[in-house]
Amino acid sequence: MKEISLNILDIAENSMKAGASLTQILIDETDNKLVLSIVDDGCGMSPEIVRSVIDPFYTTRTTRKVGMGVPLLKLACEQTGGSLSIESTTEEMDPENHGTKVTATFYTDHIDFTPLGDVVSSITTLIQGHPDTDFLFRHTKAGSEVELDTRQIREILEDVPLSSFEVIQWIESFLREQYDESAINM
Amino acid sequence: MKTLAELQAIKNRMKDKVILRDGLEGTRVVVGMATCGIAAGARPVLNELVKDVAEQNLADKVSVTQTGCIGICQYEPVVEVFEAGKEKTTYVKMNPEKAKRIVEEHLKGGKVVAEYTIGAAQA
Repeated sequence: MKEISLNILDIAENSMKAGASLTQILIDETDNKLVLSIVDDGCGMSPEIVRSVIDPFYTTRTTRKVGMGVPLLKLACEQTGGSLSIESTTEEMDPENHGTKVTATFYTDHIDFTPLGDVVSSITTLIQGHPDTDFLFRHTKAGSEVELDTRQIREILEDVPLSSFEVIQWIESFLREQYDESAINM
Repeated sequence: MKTLAELQAIKNRMKDKVILRDGLEGTRVVVGMATCGIAAGARPVLNELVKDVAEQNLADKVSVTQTGCIGICQYEPVVEVFEAGKEKTTYVKMNPEKAKRIVEEHLKGGKVVAEYTIGAAQA
């Protein structure tokens, strides 16, 4: 993957498959560290499955028996000296509070740090493809913040789909303006 | 500055427009967005398709959606076009420029861009 934003797009797809109603994509930058968390309220995974998703030869898809999503994210963070962790609770373990949290820590001053890239494009692509689920996106750095919550947008739009081109365009400009005004570089 | 009031205006404009998208009637454009597609550059292809379909006023009869791995990862980014009563068209090794042409010539003009299809890639 050329950009971490592409890993975000890829990993968030797993939350969609897990039936998440809210997926949070959180980026927090401090000094030389970038912490990416993708948190969903989907069906969760058993400890056994959590162990195996890190293995490139594990996948849920049926077309072929390999899955590279999580291993590629793990590689991207570990090559900067960082690490990846996955915490998950299945519906069976806790019917009230289940889901998965993937956390990747990157060291941004490492020569092998992949740039974050066009994260706005990844967020709009996710919303375009999954207009019926909610996303909370937040990027924080040095007191600045960029945020988007589709629940707020949905409340205004009522039954107008979030995948409508005009809405997607609005979301894209809304995020790009926040980046332009903040001290956060993409 | 983008405001929530603008969203309200979008809603007011759109709610009068009853979208009758039967699914069976219209054309479906499907972009492979699994790990293989994303790594090969599917994101800008999808965005170009969405933008051009809207700009050419085709959104009422053409839907652009995402799917997982289609199974031909070496040909990614892959775009499939499903039209009622016609055979599926599979476009391979896509990029935004090719996507633009497909909207113009195939989705708008009704003519398959043969040189970008999987048949041409295999020949």
